[in-house]
Amino acid sequence: MRNVAVVGAGMAKFGERWDAGLRELTAEAGVMAIESADLAGDEIEAVYVGNMSGGRFTGQEHIGALLADAMGLNPVPATRVEAACASGGLAFRQAYLSIASGEFDIVVAGGIEKMTDVLTGQATTTLGGAADQEWESFFGATFPSLYALMARRHMHDYGTTEEQMARVAVKNHHNGSMNPFAQYQRDVTIDQVMNSPKVAEPLKIFDCSPITDGAAAVILASEDVARKITDTPVWVNASVQASDTLALHDRDSLTSLKGTRIAGKQAFKMAGIEPRQVDVAEVHDCFTIAEILAVEDLGFVKKGEGGKAEEDGMFDLNSDISVNTSGGLKSCGHPVGATGIKQVAEVFWQLRGEAGKRQTDNAEIGLTHNVGGSGATVVVHVLSRNKGKMR
Amino acid sequence: MPHRTSVAGFWRRYPQRYRLVGSKCETCGTYYFPPRQICPKCRRKGKIVPYIFSGNGKIESYTIVHTPPDGMEDQAPYVLAIIRLEEGPMLTAQVVDVDPSEVKIGMPVKMVFRKISEDGEDGLINYGYKFEPVRKR
Repeated sequence: MRNVAVVGAGMAKFGERWDAGLRELTAEAGVMAIESADLAGDEIEAVYVGNMSGGRFTGQEHIGALLADAMGLNPVPATRVEAACASGGLAFRQAYLSIASGEFDIVVAGGIEKMTDVLTGQATTTLGGAADQEWESFFGATFPSLYALMARRHMHDYGTTEEQMARVAVKNHHNGSMNPFAQYQRDVTIDQVMNSPKVAEPLKIFDCSPITDGAAAVILASEDVARKITDTPVWVNASVQASDTLALHDRDSLTSLKGTRIAGKQAFKMAGIEPRQVDVAEVHDCFTIAEILAVEDLGFVKKGEGGKAEEDGMFDLNSDISVNTSGGLKSCGHPVGATGIKQVAEVFWQLRGEAGKRQTDNAEIGLTHNVGGSGATVVVHVLSRNKGKMR
Repeated sequence: MPHRTSVAGFWRRYPQRYRLVGSKCETCGTYYFPPRQICPKCRRKGKIVPYIFSGNGKIESYTIVHTPPDGMEDQAPYVLAIIRLEEGPMLTAQVVDVDPSEVKIGMPVKMVFRKISEDGEDGLINYGYKFEPVRKR
């Protein structure tokens, strides 16, 4: 296996992009990524794209080839990767593996979801496809309700409060207010979150990530090629993926994602670091409780202490670990297939000091954590400016 | 809205959804609901046989759903819970015939047979299990 680095990143503005279809979103993100690496485009050898449900959101399948076409990259091999909300993270991992294995030297990993061409109810039903259709959705489980079940049990077992969950939304909206690519570039207050309409108790609408159109792209390269492209490559120190049961009720715990625990542990071992050495992390906050579970399951704090740590500001910008500097899924938006790639792009910018107003001080080690469904797929990457121990 | 459920897709789940027919691995003694075809603990050494669950269980967690999926609009808000059956496995189902404010983690419940959803105006009416509190008589 060979060393792999990220050498460029781009994003389309996230939001209700009524002006843009799949092709326009792709071009926005792809052109920015290729230009940021100062490439012409014909160096690219392959494309991997994360997309959850082009077919149900827009009627369009065959997204791999469509993206390559929209970016003007034909005839390179183009592959769509699907793992619900973890599709982007998984596309990045496939791109990473394709270079680490020696097959390619320079590859685009992209992610895209065009979600607002259907009515909200239809989008919600499509997102529900990430859950177990026969044994969860059939009986009335919606996506928020599954995380609500985790939240309720976490409150019961550890005394986590709705205010502590609201604090996650407040933090992420604050970060998002400084991100020009974010869907919601404004602050919210605890009261606004607490008084927002109920979705699935104890979760309210401001505990939930929104429906978003968006795309993101990053360029990966082998060590030799990366060094020719840039003096400041961001190395992929670890890439790990885990699976678990599709249904939440089949898991050994309702308050912890085993996939996160296992992928996190392996990733830290692979990168040769301890969890608390991470400076910036983009974690999968599809709901506020999900960030609390993530910081616990990744080992940033002990199980049960995530709510208190959020309340104490431990994960605010420039605190112990800056979590979701992009605004997270909550404020930056959650175009499902694009999210995992956006996470890598954000960490890439943070580690290179290119994150603008939301730039953290001295960030050296970054982490991305992308979850599919209620935890059936988890993808964790560790990235840093140091090649570290790698292979 | 297009129909979501094919007749065959629904019919094939009658035993599980109507009568809680799950399975048990005779090698390791683990119960499974919904039934598994392969025991993940024993894999090739496993011996899976059908097992009908008692329908008694306890609430492990619950939520009150205010934004229902298509076909359940007229039921919201409803209580959705993860229930641990007395034999071990957990499932997801609605808890009915209860004031939502009285639902608690640990509450004993038992299975009842109810209408689950309507697949549009002219589609299938889906039936299956819900749960209600076990009341002292």
